[in-house]
Amino acid sequence: MISTTDIISGITKGSIRATARALSKVENGSPDATDLLDQLFSRQRGFTLGVTGPPGAGKSTLVNRMISRYRTSGNSVGVIAVDPSSPFTGGALLGDRIRMQSHATDPKVFIRSMGSRGHLGGLSGATRDASLVLSAAGYSPVIIETVGVGQAEVEVAELADITLLVLVPGLGDDVQSMKAGIMEIGDIIVLNKSDRSGIEQLENYVKASLDLIPPGLKRPEVVRVSATSGDGLEDLWSALDRMAATLSEKDKILRSAVKTMNQILRENGVLFSEKLLELEYNGRETVEKLILAGRLTPYAVGKKLLERAERMFEHNGSK
Amino acid sequence: MNRKIRVLIGKPGLDGHDRGAKYIARALRDAGMEVVYTGIRQTPEAIADAAIQEDVDFVGISLLSGAHNHLFPEVARILREKDASDIILFGGGVIPEEDIPGLKESGYSAIFTPGTPAAEVVEFINSQMEKRQ
Repeated sequence: MISTTDIISGITKGSIRATARALSKVENGSPDATDLLDQLFSRQRGFTLGVTGPPGAGKSTLVNRMISRYRTSGNSVGVIAVDPSSPFTGGALLGDRIRMQSHATDPKVFIRSMGSRGHLGGLSGATRDASLVLSAAGYSPVIIETVGVGQAEVEVAELADITLLVLVPGLGDDVQSMKAGIMEIGDIIVLNKSDRSGIEQLENYVKASLDLIPPGLKRPEVVRVSATSGDGLEDLWSALDRMAATLSEKDKILRSAVKTMNQILRENGVLFSEKLLELEYNGRETVEKLILAGRLTPYAVGKKLLERAERMFEHNGSK
Repeated sequence: MNRKIRVLIGKPGLDGHDRGAKYIARALRDAGMEVVYTGIRQTPEAIADAAIQEDVDFVGISLLSGAHNHLFPEVARILREKDASDIILFGGGVIPEEDIPGLKESGYSAIFTPGTPAAEVVEFINSQMEKRQ
């Protein structure tokens, strides 16, 4: 087993193997992962770009273009590409690398494929931590490509400094783009496959629904591109540069620190609940059986756990 | 811990027939593994580099063009050179019986020829994982 100290010194020296190992540790929730992340936290540099959109919108092809673009300006680029895990077997077929083959042997491009491992929201549970590892290893931007998403999987916008929502003609009528959630997450809305018929219509729909955003709220930029032919990419790059320029280094880190803390609080909440379940009902399995047998309602369980927690806090407070 | 067996399926060389590779990739996925498929016409370097970044436990190489005696050992050599010889290699494709001992010597733990049921590959991976722990 490779130690945390070895991994950290490996990462600082730019070892690809050490970075890969660190990613596995955070992905597998290995016992020393928290220590590792704690030590890497202050080494984060640069910024993160989220790329999301429905399946088949051309996310991987666009990411491939983005890698080339940032490599040309001398950056090392990290990519985390999330594909869905099967809810039945837990297995996953991770195929996003296929569209990024042209960067396969570039030592300054680190691509990692991740299965969503049962996590909803278009990412995997470890995406945030994986992006921290790549950022601490000197990759900037770190590009996070989500699972093809539907209408409300907006988690990537929480995580990334700049989020691109990729849309294509022909996937639905204007009602789809008016549904809450998905339109609001993009800092830039990329209308891809601009050579296809229906692109005008799509742009009109998108712009019309953006016009409904109340004044004072953030309004995303809209850019038309063809990731395959390269048309319109220059416009996308300038939009990205404009937004990146507004992010100050310190702001980013602090903002992400607060977000990270909030996520950790939620995760801790789950862990505490598991512990309380253990104390109150001998664990999750027993309580699941009781619920399935109709002898307990989920609400009763929630209430009981909160009461237990309160009693514990009172007890400690009186000491 | 939420450990998954990770496997990279690679197709080096010039033949574009990846039905076998995709078939195995799907079978391994259905056995609960995370399978990275990198597509056709990959160089041995590209396959080895991807395997290291993805931190996979296994690399499976599929080849039907007849260049296996050159390309298979090349992947093994690059992985050794990059300090990743702990990754377990297996191969598959149209490979004459007499070539198998040489490939095994070059670092391949198993070679699967046409007609091998996918379950056999799954079993091979599971038993290698057990040995490792």
